[in-house]
Amino acid sequence: MNYRYAWRRVVNAVMLTLTGLCALVTVSALFLILGYLVYNGGRDLSWDFFTKLPKPVGETGGGMANAIVGSGKLLLLAAMIGVPVGFMGGVYLAEYGGKTFSFLVRYTADLLNGVPSVVMGIFIYTAVVIPMRGYSALAGGLALGVMLMPIVLRSTEQFLRAVPVSLREGAMALGARKWKAILTVVIPAGYKGIATGILLSLARVAGETAPLLFTSASNRFWSHGWLHGETASLPVMIFYYALSAYDDWHRQAWAAGLVLLTLVLFANIGAKLILSRSATR
Amino acid sequence: MSSVTNDAVMAKLSSGNQPAEPGDKPAVVATPKITSSGLDFYYGSRKTLHDISLSVAEKKITALIGPSGCGKSTFLRTLNRMYEMVRFARAEGDVRLDGDNILEMDVAKLRRRVGMVFQKSNPFPKSIFDNVAYGLRVNGWKGALADVVERSLKRAAIWDEVKDRLHKSAYGLSGGQQQRLCIARALAVEPEVLLLDEPCSALDPIATAKIEELLFALKELCTIVIVTHNMQQAARVADYTGFFLLGKLIEFNETPIIFKRPAKKETEDYITGRFG
Repeated sequence: MNYRYAWRRVVNAVMLTLTGLCALVTVSALFLILGYLVYNGGRDLSWDFFTKLPKPVGETGGGMANAIVGSGKLLLLAAMIGVPVGFMGGVYLAEYGGKTFSFLVRYTADLLNGVPSVVMGIFIYTAVVIPMRGYSALAGGLALGVMLMPIVLRSTEQFLRAVPVSLREGAMALGARKWKAILTVVIPAGYKGIATGILLSLARVAGETAPLLFTSASNRFWSHGWLHGETASLPVMIFYYALSAYDDWHRQAWAAGLVLLTLVLFANIGAKLILSRSATR
Repeated sequence: MSSVTNDAVMAKLSSGNQPAEPGDKPAVVATPKITSSGLDFYYGSRKTLHDISLSVAEKKITALIGPSGCGKSTFLRTLNRMYEMVRFARAEGDVRLDGDNILEMDVAKLRRRVGMVFQKSNPFPKSIFDNVAYGLRVNGWKGALADVVERSLKRAAIWDEVKDRLHKSAYGLSGGQQQRLCIARALAVEPEVLLLDEPCSALDPIATAKIEELLFALKELCTIVIVTHNMQQAARVADYTGFFLLGKLIEFNETPIIFKRPAKKETEDYITGRFG
């Protein structure tokens, strides 16, 4: 009996340490990455990084202004394409969809969400880049936008479903037609959650590299067009700079990584703030 | 009128086993606002209301009582067709509002004439003002909103409590205030009939008393139908009372008759608490 008790104590101690350690590893991963980025990229982060174009090989200095603006353009396009479709589809699913059709849409959206991002890149390459004879911001935005759609759709649906039925009843009992009740009561009641979902989905695709490699590609100067011409973006820039043979470029890749991660972290914190405000209203 | 104490009501209830007096006849409503005849109701293939025939008197309070699941709320929800929010629910029969068939009317227009207040107060996550103005806005009403909002809040006896915070969120109000706000919201579109579905079941006795007092005043403005679990409440406020059991209207008459000399044994058993 004594032996069994001692054994149980040992197992308890080992498992407790193991599970606690795993929790710690998960949390520290973020801080390790962040610290590593600050250590390696912080030195090269200067005002020039945000305002100057990349310098030719061998010259020091320069920045990634074109990639920062390019990322902005791509995200804007992605939002313009993915958010309306995802949002309206979410409204349909939450408010109108019949059982079978909704199930199919929901299931398909989850599958689409699971499509590897590199596959999304190849698909857009075949469907858009080849017919249009060239890389473009539009193709990149489309790839990100298609990735955005299922995330926005599902989060919109869930936040609308969380709005109590009693509010819909209250509006319709006052003579509001269904679409009007949705527009004036249900969506306003859920908009904070919906906005959070959109922000998080943008943060998620902001760091995607693979879908952009064959769609918007990259370059080292300003891209003025939307429909034609390579468009630089932070993730793709990091990819090429990290693979290069130059120490100078490696440091710039670290700096770009730091900028990207900071943006994503801010988006996440912003989303949490919006949600917690609505909870304490 | 709301000064009727619970003791008096209980005395009324316990004296329920007096024999029917020869003068008691089934109620004849002189000026019916709503007339239901032969109404059947189905959820899918399940029939939940059987042949309901009942008249709601104009500018009076009609109470519907009965145990849970007896169909009183379902009947209430056919009067403004709120049941249509439930899939596979349908009503068959003849229900008329001033002679117009409710079941065939344009539903938005019907609900502008027949307002509703729910069991649990359901203010919108908007300001107090916007809550009351909502019904006017969705119905495209053009006019001075502020006047109507003030009048409605006064009619719902909540103006003094909210006049300094009209543009603050309705969620800051207490449960009883929220329910009176919902009544104000319903009154703003000037409905001809007001349906109340157990409006006091989530409220304390003081808030309940305020709502009951309010109902007496509102009787001047519109016809009221109230579903309640609380028999004392029915006895206190209603002019007419209908007793529902298992989807049937067992008895309908003037309230004093229902509570003092019910004609049916089921009614008597229920109001005296002998109901199993």
